Amino acid sequence: MLTQALELVVALTAAPLFLGWINQCRAWLQNRTAPSVWLPYRGIRKLFFKDAVIAQNASALFRLAPYIVFGTMVVAAAIIPSMGTRLPLTTAADAIALVGLLATARVFMALAAMDVGTAFGSLGARREMMVGFLAEPALLMVIFVASMISSTTALPAITEHLATQNLALFPSLAFTAIAFTMVLLAENARIPIDNPATHLELTMIHEATLLEYSARHLALMEWASALKLFNYACIGFAMFVPWGVSTGTDGPASLLASIPLLAVKLAVAGAALAIIETVSAKLRVFRAPEFLAVAFLLAVLGLLVHLLLGA
Amino acid sequence: MTRIPFDLQLLNLCAALLLLLSFAMLAQRRIVVMVNLLAMQGVLLFAATLLLAWRTGEHHLYLSAALTLALKVIFLPWILHRLIRRLQVYWDTEPLLNISGTMLVGLVVVVFAFGLAQPIAALASTATRSSIGIALAVVLLSFITMITRRKAMSQVIGFLSMENGLFFGAMSATYGMPMIVEFGVALDVLVAVLVLGIFFFQIREQFDSLDLHHFESLKEDP
Repeated sequence: MLTQALELVVALTAAPLFLGWINQCRAWLQNRTAPSVWLPYRGIRKLFFKDAVIAQNASALFRLAPYIVFGTMVVAAAIIPSMGTRLPLTTAADAIALVGLLATARVFMALAAMDVGTAFGSLGARREMMVGFLAEPALLMVIFVASMISSTTALPAITEHLATQNLALFPSLAFTAIAFTMVLLAENARIPIDNPATHLELTMIHEATLLEYSARHLALMEWASALKLFNYACIGFAMFVPWGVSTGTDGPASLLASIPLLAVKLAVAGAALAIIETVSAKLRVFRAPEFLAVAFLLAVLGLLVHLLLGA
Repeated sequence: MTRIPFDLQLLNLCAALLLLLSFAMLAQRRIVVMVNLLAMQGVLLFAATLLLAWRTGEHHLYLSAALTLALKVIFLPWILHRLIRRLQVYWDTEPLLNISGTMLVGLVVVVFAFGLAQPIAALASTATRSSIGIALAVVLLSFITMITRRKAMSQVIGFLSMENGLFFGAMSATYGMPMIVEFGVALDVLVAVLVLGIFFFQIREQFDSLDLHHFESLKEDP
């Protein structure tokens, strides 16, 4: 139990830091003065102290949605083996259920955005669902490839299998790693699909769903989206760089030992994301299906290559 | 799961990347990039041939690797780049099918090729027999590239990529063709590109464009 709590605390505290780190890298790459890495924390703290303003015609769903979205993200963070594979909750759900959990969060976010009935909200919700329904099959295909290699759909078991076997080249995993990166960018509203830094523009997707929220609700939503990015990064680590995750059952000590490596992985992944976002331009919304079709294709190719070559 | 030796893993990686490049070619609309992709395919073929030569100890494969390097990595891309500059064709027009549709057709074709290669691979005795399916898929994908493009230039690039696929297939099925056949094929490809280069100029002089659409009507105007 203690180990699980430790992992959750690390996930909750590291998620805004990860976001801050990406923003800082981006600022450096774009020759801007970088904001502090702690900025996301300050934003969240500030929002928690404010008074919430809620639209008159908002239903209970609107108030409930932030808690549900945040809750599902926390559960997802508990399931994903980011630090150890033998934690009480990691065996609670396999990877397919995890994708379902992430989908639940998305559905509630879209419902809440449509609830108030503003134009921006429903527009953002529709786009979010469009990206989601295209990204989900690609994500599932990516997970299937990793599952076929280790013949299990449980994420901790996949991590353990991949981390402990002899070092081998897996062309199929290389394909799926690219596909997964594309899905990550699309799902977390990063640049080729959506611009996380934009507000009140006709092109925004994720931000448009949050427009009606304020104060603690907005804080929870933003924390949840930071956590979502962290979760996706950890799913990626679990499949493609599984080394350094504690696989034993010997308490919090081994988990603590895995923190430095996790920090290194996150730092590298954040810098890589910042580079991708800096060198690519935002796609038109109508190009998003093409982008995600390529991701799906790469994942299926990975699957086929695995079937044919056994690697 | 049986453990695959490391050099074979590298060969498999080459095969997988070859397949990826074929898909990239299928999705690409810029002719210059297509030529670069073709050159990259050549590099991969060269690496694969070299690896296979080192693994099997067959000397004639070294020769064919050198031939690949000279012809497919250096000479043909150079000629094609020169032709592009002379003819000023940088973009292909919109392909007959949109990109996502082409990709999905490509996926089906890959599944078909893998299925088709299964009995052949069962008969072959080489260590690389599992890549026969990939070679077949590369051939068929290049075929789709040729079918869906309109400009003569991209069709020739598709044709060359098809030859790459055939070469790779021969290599993985039987450790390469006899030397005399390989030389013959290489010479054929070389001559084909040179002749087609002259053809391009003729086509453009006749129709003011490299779009093969114009071939469909026999006369200028009825």
